[in-house]
Amino acid sequence: IFFLQVENVRLLDRLSSRKAALGTLYLTATHVIFVENGSETRKETWVLHSQISSIEKQATTATGCPLLIRCKNFQVIQLVIPQERDCHDIYISLIRLARPVKYEELYCFSFNPKLDKEEREQGWKLVDLNEEYNRMGIPNNYWQISDVNRDYGVCDSYPREVYVPKSATAHIIVGSSKFRSRRRFPALSYYCKDNNASICRSSQPLSGFSARCLEDEQMLQAIRKANPGSDFIYVVDTRPKLNAMANRAAGKGYENEDNYSNIKFQFIGIENIHVMRNSLQKMLEVCELKSPSMSDFLWGLENSGWLKHIKAIMDAGIFIAKAVAEEGVSVLVHCSDGWDRTAQVCSVASLLLDPYYRTMKGFMVLIEKDWVSFGHKFNHRYGNLDGDPKEISPVIDQFIECVWQLMEQFPCAFEFNERFLIHIQHHIYSCQFGNFLCNSQKERRELKIQERTYSLWAHLWKNRADYLNPLYRSDHSQTQGTLHPQMAPCNFLYKFWSGMYNRFEKGLHPRQSITDYLMAVKEETQQLEEELEVLRERLANLQKSQLYDNEVKSKQQDRSKQLGPSTSNNSLANTPQEYSSDLKSFPSRSPSQGDEEDSALILTQDNLKSSDPDLSANSDQESGVEDLSCRSPSGGGCLPSEDSGKDSDEAVFLAV
Amino acid sequence: RFVGSLGTIIIKCKDLRIIQLDIPGMEECLNIASSIEALSTLDSVTLMYPFFYRPMFEIIEDGWRSFLPDQEFELLSSVTDEWRLSCINKEFSVCASYPPVVIVPKSIDDEALRKVAMFRHGSRFPVLSYYHKKNGMVMMRSSQPLTGTNGRRCKEDEKLINATLRPGKRGYIIDTRSLNVAQQARAKGGGFEQEAHYPQWRRIHKCIERFNILQESLIKLVEACNDQSHNMDRWLSKLEASNWLTHIKEILTAACLAAQCIDREGASVLVHGTEGTDSTLQVTSLAQIILDPRCRTIRGFESLVVREWLQAGHPFQQRCAQSAYSNSKQKWEAPVFLLFLDCVWQILRQFPCSFEFNEQFLIMLFEHAYASQFGTFLGNNENERSKLKLPQKTMSLWSWVNRSEELSKFQNPLYEANSLVIWPSVAPQSLQLWEGVFLRWNRPSKFLDEAHEEMINIIKYNKELQAKVNALRRQLAEMETDDRMQENL
Repeated sequence: IFFLQVENVRLLDRLSSRKAALGTLYLTATHVIFVENGSETRKETWVLHSQISSIEKQATTATGCPLLIRCKNFQVIQLVIPQERDCHDIYISLIRLARPVKYEELYCFSFNPKLDKEEREQGWKLVDLNEEYNRMGIPNNYWQISDVNRDYGVCDSYPREVYVPKSATAHIIVGSSKFRSRRRFPALSYYCKDNNASICRSSQPLSGFSARCLEDEQMLQAIRKANPGSDFIYVVDTRPKLNAMANRAAGKGYENEDNYSNIKFQFIGIENIHVMRNSLQKMLEVCELKSPSMSDFLWGLENSGWLKHIKAIMDAGIFIAKAVAEEGVSVLVHCSDGWDRTAQVCSVASLLLDPYYRTMKGFMVLIEKDWVSFGHKFNHRYGNLDGDPKEISPVIDQFIECVWQLMEQFPCAFEFNERFLIHIQHHIYSCQFGNFLCNSQKERRELKIQERTYSLWAHLWKNRADYLNPLYRSDHSQTQGTLHPQMAPCNFLYKFWSGMYNRFEKGLHPRQSITDYLMAVKEETQQLEEELEVLRERLANLQKSQLYDNEVKSKQQDRSKQLGPSTSNNSLANTPQEYSSDLKSFPSRSPSQGDEEDSALILTQDNLKSSDPDLSANSDQESGVEDLSCRSPSGGGCLPSEDSGKDSDEAVFLAV
Repeated sequence: RFVGSLGTIIIKCKDLRIIQLDIPGMEECLNIASSIEALSTLDSVTLMYPFFYRPMFEIIEDGWRSFLPDQEFELLSSVTDEWRLSCINKEFSVCASYPPVVIVPKSIDDEALRKVAMFRHGSRFPVLSYYHKKNGMVMMRSSQPLTGTNGRRCKEDEKLINATLRPGKRGYIIDTRSLNVAQQARAKGGGFEQEAHYPQWRRIHKCIERFNILQESLIKLVEACNDQSHNMDRWLSKLEASNWLTHIKEILTAACLAAQCIDREGASVLVHGTEGTDSTLQVTSLAQIILDPRCRTIRGFESLVVREWLQAGHPFQQRCAQSAYSNSKQKWEAPVFLLFLDCVWQILRQFPCSFEFNEQFLIMLFEHAYASQFGTFLGNNENERSKLKLPQKTMSLWSWVNRSEELSKFQNPLYEANSLVIWPSVAPQSLQLWEGVFLRWNRPSKFLDEAHEEMINIIKYNKELQAKVNALRRQLAEMETDDRMQENL
């Protein structure tokens, strides 16, 4: 099964070079697996080949040959392999395995979650775009579905089903498509039922310095007419003005306000994919610094420009959402090809406008609509197959971060939590599910993706309990209507997202998760509700018949066993860091309290905590829980922790 | 604080709020402005608001008597008998900035203390700051030793701090200055403990900035936070240039180190800087928050502020005089206490379920440290407070806070007593700007407040259900027992 197996490999901890795990490295057809020696738990680290973004062989040292693996989900793995030859073999194999040349080599074609055919088909049906357009109120008097692209004949990167204004005839569409980069003609992305304003998307016009196209002008006219409440439309070019002007020399460019009747043209400067790729690269370098100072970090963050770019995308989304919601004006959005910045901006605007997209299901629909169906080039951007490295860029990562920034600003507005976003990001790169394969709907049909792979959405939906935001209520004011985010840094901070970019360095994150805590409380609440029902019933029965049995009690006890989830991360997260380099030269000695592990193990409010002593005395189980939960702050300071999860961290701080 | 021009008064407050008043009539405007100016820069402490404030609430507990050293010592003596209360400073005769009673090793008599006091800056001899019940290790604090250039020594000083060591064990001295600064201090008669004279101690230097550097940092930070431009780059570079978060990181790191020495290394620790009234207190009080679950309760935190800041002689009146908008340079002004509160907030953010109090509690303390109707933060030390007769003439902040109406505002709904040591991360990725203070007046807080309310509701509903279920269970159990008794009959 294994291509390669190397023993006595050391896995280094990035934060502390003295912390290393010894184990065996396995290479399989799909994963790199590191299994720690010795420990009973056999801690394992699995990395999918498709997650690997770079492999670096470093200079051999006395202890062995270091190998650095950087992953697309921001995990960084440092291995030291004893033998130079083994290291070379692994290096060569990984380079080959991490860069497949055929789709069939990707994990989703071998991944089998043990679902039958019907379940798989159901899974793919979870997100249905026609249903989504119906939800928006389309088709209606102004908009209709067009079949011009039935065989992908007009535009091969567009979906088969495209929604266009009723007055746009096939002649106009085809004419307009000839005047647009890669024939990506204006098509509907979002329609606002309440005021008929819409968001349409396209690529740049092939206007050069003076070219015109009657059909294209008619197309924009048709979009305007589809919104009788307004006498103009905005045309938003999401590129910096300089970039757009440079494109004119190549026969492309932007709309001339003189040629199109009743448009207002607007540049919103979002940089291109190359700038974004470099920006992320710079930011990741900052994340990888070993014990950076605050200045190193802030300066590096600023220098990367990452948050500036995030803000630019948000500002564009905010502009469009405002035009649609407040002015009731339709907007046509484009960039160069209309599949990167346009996708970002349209989806941010939709998210701000429509609470539905802030639900779990709605968010899946949004990605399916603005990214998957409109031909965002997942394969090229995320390097699923070996290709041109210049095509790679964190376009959807930026969109996902925009959502996170909004979640920080509107904590009650989203049905899903941070984990949901992180897992979607992970699977965009993992190729474990077929959703994000290829560069267009056409290619996916040809590969018969739906028949040969599984859908991520069904997988996430099945586990939706893990992704819920406990603060979300569908009847809360934050979940209604349009969101109005603050734009200036002094009103709202765009923050560095350590949960994503330092995702695997658990030590950097808050040690207790409010989300998990509240979810545990909510779950308990639900159980209490059920129990209350049972108790009421029993009480009524008892009063009636004076009969009793022990059934209820045993049920209660079963429940109480399930309760008390831990709110903290694993104990590893709660050991001191290296606060001083001076400590290591101090003579080593065993600490007097060396066997205690200060894991922040916390029992949630157990429902037995406040129960009266008479009751808990009835059962051993209950009193056991009682003991744990009464570790009060005043008296419990010196109680030994009962958790035995002692790990090897101790050694680090005492080692010479 | 204020700038008057053309019928407009801009009042810049110590809590960082900026209020603009448009007043018709130039003359009235000038009158109002000069009145505000005069009233906000009173020379005499006894003319300040706390001396005129009459409480509108019923006093249940006199806050001036809530945290007495005797109670603290009682707690200590229940776990160890190695320490004693010394009344050596009864009339503030030995050390002007110490309280009348201090806790010192039992084996050191008052005569020796007097000698040690002569050897320490401002007479601040080493006293007990914290006793770690888990392993009996202690944290002491003092000021710098007066070794001078010729390496003076003091046998009693050595004896005093050695008295805290277990046989064969060594301790750590955490000096909150860089080695360079500590060496320079010798020229002015100060200095640090020489290895030759303190062979059982290992000295670690952790540089924490002081005075005007901190004040300038605060001024720059507040300026950055009030910048209304929409430019992200400018914001980050201004935040970086203010160095505020750098100070936070330095202070937290030193505190974590002290806690680590005590809990993980099983060693006793002595902390000092120069005077031992600023960075020393930041380190000792934060280390206690990390180590001692009691300090993470409301009552315990209040007690910590009283012990480690008020009684320990942090000069509040000098440090918290004008806040960030002061236009005249105040020599002694420095946001030392605000930095401490910010560090607590950083830990609170990382352990949101381990503190009984919430962010509002910390913000309240920040406000009252700078301006208050209560006398608690007036004066620079206990000596001055007793001369001003504050307990007789003013109200204590604690009398007001510790009533259930007020307490409910400061309670953290997520709190679950956590008896363990909590180790915060000091990596830059883990530290954030304290928006609750610095963006408080710029940022619409509606959505965050709603989230907080939602949290409270979720937990409240859960508790109500628990109560109901328990009541029903009890009822059931009673009925069952009755039944059984009837059966037995």
